[in-house]
Amino acid sequence: MTTTSPALSTALDVEKIRKEFPILHQTVNGRDLVYFDNAATSQKPLVVINALTEYYKGYNANIHRGIHTLAEKATKAFEQTRLTAKEYINAKSEQEIVFTRGVTESINLVASSYGRTFIKEGDEIIVSELEHHSNIVPWQFVVEEKNAVLKVIPVTDRGELDLDAYRKLLSSKTKIVSVNHASNSLGTVNPIKEIIRLAHEVGAVVFIDGAQAGAHLDIDVQDLDCDFYTVSAHKMYGPTGAGFLYGKKALLEKMPPYQGGGEMIKEVTFKKTTYNDLPHKFEAGTPNIADVVAFRYAMDFITETGRAAMAAHEHNLLQYATERVSRLKGVNLVGTAPEKVSVFSFTVDGIHPFDIGQMLDARGIAVRTGHHCTQPLMDRYGIEGTVRASFAVYNTKKEIDQLVEGLERVINFMK
Amino acid sequence: MDINDIQEEIISEFSLLDSDMEMTVFYIMELGQKLPVMDDALKTEENVVKGCQSKVWLTANLDDDKISFSADSNTAITKGLVSLLIRIFNGQSPEAILNANLYFMQKIGMERFIGTQRSNGFASMIKQMKWYALAFKTKLEVKS
Repeated sequence: MTTTSPALSTALDVEKIRKEFPILHQTVNGRDLVYFDNAATSQKPLVVINALTEYYKGYNANIHRGIHTLAEKATKAFEQTRLTAKEYINAKSEQEIVFTRGVTESINLVASSYGRTFIKEGDEIIVSELEHHSNIVPWQFVVEEKNAVLKVIPVTDRGELDLDAYRKLLSSKTKIVSVNHASNSLGTVNPIKEIIRLAHEVGAVVFIDGAQAGAHLDIDVQDLDCDFYTVSAHKMYGPTGAGFLYGKKALLEKMPPYQGGGEMIKEVTFKKTTYNDLPHKFEAGTPNIADVVAFRYAMDFITETGRAAMAAHEHNLLQYATERVSRLKGVNLVGTAPEKVSVFSFTVDGIHPFDIGQMLDARGIAVRTGHHCTQPLMDRYGIEGTVRASFAVYNTKKEIDQLVEGLERVINFMK
Repeated sequence: MDINDIQEEIISEFSLLDSDMEMTVFYIMELGQKLPVMDDALKTEENVVKGCQSKVWLTANLDDDKISFSADSNTAITKGLVSLLIRIFNGQSPEAILNANLYFMQKIGMERFIGTQRSNGFASMIKQMKWYALAFKTKLEVKS
């Protein structure tokens, strides 16, 4: 469990942080907005919003090959985000950071480029029952095309990966293991260091989907020794449509390009094209310059606020919500692993998650309801979906009280 | 009462809720709770309305040249919304249902509280009810 020292949990001035997020200060259906859908996308602080407008107002230009001043300025800002990303996850080199549209594109890139090149008939790819559809479907494409096999690590009743079962799945046939760092439906933080170590023992490469970890957990790709890691900016207080893929240089070098076009080439003739160096080989076409530029400010916001202090605050919220909501009549918590990010999933006996979501929205509270793009996981628990509240640095205990009040009203009405 | 009279009745009931979202949602769920129970045997895959995000079952009967619908849903709000349609269409002739112009949704500001996904589902329910009306109308014409 994330350690909560009192010094850290009081270190954050949440009211001051809230002022940095203009969107929070509005009413929805006549009440103050309570935004608990952060696992889907987090809100953006002023530094990020300003970075976007400043880019378009001051130095919008296409990057890398322009010789004029604006192009140079835009290129510098774009590449600065790569340096920040490298530091953020402690990669060895900025050449290991490839900008993508986000986690989904990163997984598709590796599945398509690495998977299609190195997976052969009969090889095995391992995912887990906890995965988002976007960490299942791209691997299914590879498996179908190559006549390979997809294996699945089961989860326990509490929502943890069954590591004994995982050990049994591993063999010399295993070529790729792809799991998330933290689950979007249950919040479970997976023991990825151990998962990676075990996979490497059989010679498999490991892909880590960091969508739910990027804003909440410390990430050190060298210490983890993972082969690929990916995050999405928009779940880290950054803009939508940007993210990055980390890949070990040796692996990225032997992978063929994912898309063809400008930027990714060194020289083109009609006979033969040679590809650009890393990371540009994987960045065909004009990238999402503005959002990548602004992404840096989102990472800086997290680093300056302090990842440990943020995690401690969110952990307090999770604990408080768990205590208060689990006492309500008919509530079943879904996912009770000891180590979790601030994702809080539950069902209520006899009340459909949609109805709860709608009732809460009527009181200005934004939660997510449904299967959260993890249908196999919902099947595992024999449920159609859950209500999911997910917390960010700007959320407060008072907001959780409002959630509890809203839930009490629905439960009383429906009984 | 004809279809438009019932629509007007619904509009005036909703106007009492004074656009308060929470009261409106509670009211819709209450309407759903009052919907006559649908026989479980009728809740078959065949009777599921396609295009709804929630599960909705719908069947219809013809009694004395008038249609009566029976429905249920796995979500309380959807059930409430279906109950509004049933209240409008039950006891009407196939002809009246086919020619009906439903305008109460706009008047009560339904989009505001059901969202795009449910709006599409709601349209599917109406379409399904009109299909039943068309089928019964054809049946009546063949008989006569």
